[in-house]
Amino acid sequence: MSKRTDVPKVNAGSMADIAFLLLIFFLVTTVIETNAGLDRRLPRWNDNDTTIVMRYERNVLAIFLDSNGKLMANNNLVQLKELKTVALDFIDNGGSLSTSEEYCSYCKGERSATSSDNPAKAVISLASNRETSYGAYISVQNELVAAYNELRNREAQRLFKMNFTDMETQYGKAETSLIVKKELKERIVQIQKRYPLNIIDAPTITKN
Amino acid sequence: MSKFAKKKSGELPAVSTASLPDIVFMLLFFFMTVTVMKDSDVMVENTLPNASEIKKLEKKDRVIYLYVGKPTQNYQKVFGTESRIQLNDKFANVNEVGDYILSERAKKPQELQNVLTTALKVDKDANMGIISDIKQQLRRVNALKVNYTTYQGDAFNNLQ
Repeated sequence: MSKRTDVPKVNAGSMADIAFLLLIFFLVTTVIETNAGLDRRLPRWNDNDTTIVMRYERNVLAIFLDSNGKLMANNNLVQLKELKTVALDFIDNGGSLSTSEEYCSYCKGERSATSSDNPAKAVISLASNRETSYGAYISVQNELVAAYNELRNREAQRLFKMNFTDMETQYGKAETSLIVKKELKERIVQIQKRYPLNIIDAPTITKN
Repeated sequence: MSKFAKKKSGELPAVSTASLPDIVFMLLFFFMTVTVMKDSDVMVENTLPNASEIKKLEKKDRVIYLYVGKPTQNYQKVFGTESRIQLNDKFANVNEVGDYILSERAKKPQELQNVLTTALKVDKDANMGIISDIKQQLRRVNALKVNYTTYQGDAFNNLQ
């Protein structure tokens, strides 16, 4: 006679089938959300948009993107691949004289008198048509941000032995402690002051 | 007889499938954890462009989403094939964007109202006209933080 306390074994053979069913349900309904992109700050609204500060022509890199995806930088036709170098040379030029207050000691550019004075003064103006495709616009924005990131990384490596982009990702993480965050923030602001992101979405008025 | 002769030739031993449920459960848990249930149905074509210099949007509660693109096939009869803006579950005109942002902002807790980001999920074939109109609207309501949402990838692919 068998004991009454014996529990009969449940057949687990169909467990895999049930799991498969659930798996297929989640596979079908899954949308892996993309939540990453290019951060940008829009300029404040002012009622008369004509109050743009006049700038010296040498301090402006005027980029125009037409509806066919053709690029003009300071009236020269450039390829998208070359844009990063063009922007890099422009921002990092540091044309001010070493005697002036605006001298850029950390720039490694050509210091040409016909290009930007220092990174804070350098402005990239990106104009586009209404028919320009959004994809092309994003590519251009991406290249410009890439140029800035390269310079900021270089500067951050020199000062803090760390990449600027890594500092930003670490700052954004929730598990980073507050003390580390405070220090990171100071460093980030310092780098941002040295290479501020000056990208304007409109043609600018220049003087010679 | 030799002991080697006992083996029957040609018969493969059965592979044990006992660990199959475990494997499947592992996959199941993976998909269960990465799944994000969509809160609004996207009614526009939404192939985002690629970019390489991207930053992750960390805090989801601080984001307002705007979708722009061609209406999908079901809606093309009614709404045409021009790029449209989708706010929540309906198509909208450019001049409704400002009000939408304000009402979404009002729904958020007070302490977050100043740190909101507007994520623009724009189809890569949309044109810049509609984007610059949206940007003007955002500037009017002082929603200045913008994120152009993209996929991670090579930006040169956008031009094809």
